[in-house]
Amino acid sequence: MFARGLKRKSAEDGEDVEGGLAGTQATPSYSLQRQSLLDMSLVKLQLCHMLVEPNLCRSVLIANTVRQIQEEMTQDGTWRVVAPQAAGRAPLDRLVSTEILCRSVREQEGERPAPDVGDGRMPGLVPGLSAVPSAQALRSPQSSLWEVDSSRENRGGFQKSLDQIFETLESKTPGSVEELFSDVDSSYYDLDAVLTGMVGSTQSGHGSGLQAFTSAATPPPGSSCRSDLGELDHAVEILVET
Amino acid sequence: MGSHSDIISTVEFNYSGDLLATGDKGGRVVIFQREQENKSRPHSRGEYNVYSTFQSHEPEFDYLKSLEIEEKINKIRWLPQQNAAHFLLSTNDKTIKLWKISERDKRAEGYNLKDEDGRLRDPFRITALRVPILKPMDLMVEASPRRIFANAHTYHINSISVNSDHETYLSADDLRINLWHLEITDRSFNIVDIKPVNMEELTEVITAAEFHPHQCNVFVYSSSKGTIRLCDMRSSALCDRHAKFFEEPEDPSSRSFFSEIISSISDVKFSHSGRYMMTRDYLSVKVWDLNMESRPVETHQVHEYLRSKLCSLYENDCIFDKFECCWSGSDSAIMTGSYNNFFRMFDRTTRRDVTLEASRENSKPRASLKPRKVCTGGKRKKDEISVDSLDFNKKILHTAWHPAENIIAVAATNNLYIFQDKVN
Repeated sequence: MFARGLKRKSAEDGEDVEGGLAGTQATPSYSLQRQSLLDMSLVKLQLCHMLVEPNLCRSVLIANTVRQIQEEMTQDGTWRVVAPQAAGRAPLDRLVSTEILCRSVREQEGERPAPDVGDGRMPGLVPGLSAVPSAQALRSPQSSLWEVDSSRENRGGFQKSLDQIFETLESKTPGSVEELFSDVDSSYYDLDAVLTGMVGSTQSGHGSGLQAFTSAATPPPGSSCRSDLGELDHAVEILVET
Repeated sequence: MGSHSDIISTVEFNYSGDLLATGDKGGRVVIFQREQENKSRPHSRGEYNVYSTFQSHEPEFDYLKSLEIEEKINKIRWLPQQNAAHFLLSTNDKTIKLWKISERDKRAEGYNLKDEDGRLRDPFRITALRVPILKPMDLMVEASPRRIFANAHTYHINSISVNSDHETYLSADDLRINLWHLEITDRSFNIVDIKPVNMEELTEVITAAEFHPHQCNVFVYSSSKGTIRLCDMRSSALCDRHAKFFEEPEDPSSRSFFSEIISSISDVKFSHSGRYMMTRDYLSVKVWDLNMESRPVETHQVHEYLRSKLCSLYENDCIFDKFECCWSGSDSAIMTGSYNNFFRMFDRTTRRDVTLEASRENSKPRASLKPRKVCTGGKRKKDEISVDSLDFNKKILHTAWHPAENIIAVAATNNLYIFQDKVN
């Protein structure tokens, strides 16, 4: 892949003409590399070996890497919210990538039913972040593992997936679905606030999250993953624009 | 030859060095014994031959989580020998077992109630009382599970360590460390718990733990953030507050997105003297003086040429490989593995280091190992190997050093190599 490891530009180095000064954007090649690393990391977090518990150490290290990238992108100003736009239809591969989320959520829950929007702790959806793997990642061998299952609801965005991964590793008493969802982690407010532009707001489910993103007709709550295509596009545009 | 389940996952000499245990991905333990000196076969002295093989752990299914529990043996630790039998602890992700390995070289014959083949004799045919006599038989080595320590770990066990009191031991998983008494299986004491109330706040896990070799109240544990905490069990029951905190300040000039990952400590080992400890992170081995928390006293680069390849190594997950390290018996040298079946040895006194290869093609029995060199750029000399030609599937994660002599055991995937100094 890359000939060198990615290096962060020193923020204190005023003579660094390549960028990295507060407020200015990083150079395009650095941004691309950083974006690619982010995509790769998110894919890694999503793809878990389903028969055996995922390695917690590895998951934590990858999650920390993603947070670092987010922090830097926030500082750079490359991480910003875009006003809702008319949605274009996403290509099929975008659909497939949302299935990763569905799959990971479904797998974590086992056979338990997907929650409805009454789950008051769920933040607005930001699946776009996690569903923007690079084309390279999509062509990876793992893509053959992805199955399309449109009957399951996409519950959450990147942070939710992270939480799911950690939550799986908790012991839960069987059959206590109520307990499971009451234990669902509250939203990662900083991330969600940045992405949805709704700082401090409490979301009642992904229905309202969708409204924040799309001006197109809002799909009904509890709908399938396809409903997220609209916001995916927006998120893609956010992240690709540099 | 050899399948996936033959991959060796742990290697450990016992306290005398006469026995060498290996655990594999298939849950098996194979114990090798050193041959005694034999005048008729002078070359066989020092050879290790298979002594016992047994299935320690089987795959299990956790019905609660619909997940398999791997039978892979993560660690083996020997107990100090107290009688004729040998004892070791072996663990997979969830369950620790105490195994007794004993020899049987005599057989009782002449039972009253049983025939020689074990069938019960017809009572009416028993007309005389006879005393069974012991007769020699071919040596049989039996392994039997004496204790099973289960249901104490929610997360995956990465370490076990026998205390110098020989009565207790610790087991560590990603978030907790438990203290056990060897005799008691239904109870363990939680001595470290770093699990946050909200798992979403989790940013650091426990990667390894070990008891001090002489001070039975002291242990250390390492983390995924490159820190080591030394705890004293006398201070409180729950050792969440460390007595000492070891961390090297980060070098800002080499900071990258991979800095944290490569700082994650994969192994921590006390020196035999108990004065030092050694930590292994992705690119280096560090020796720490227990009296100095601010930085290590020695840093040895294992494969610094990989620093420019971190992104690729992140992509193929190699950056998460957990290499172990070990001390020589006198603490004068340390050893750790690398890729391409290379392993590295550092002499702390002469400050010299060497790269050797564990492979059949490159070494003949009884021939000396040839030092290897990785070419990092520019012209590749003859016999050098370039970084891009390294085989990252051939990783040496597990090595062990005989406690007294210069004999080392190196696990290269399915194969175990034992090397020793030539006696001239």
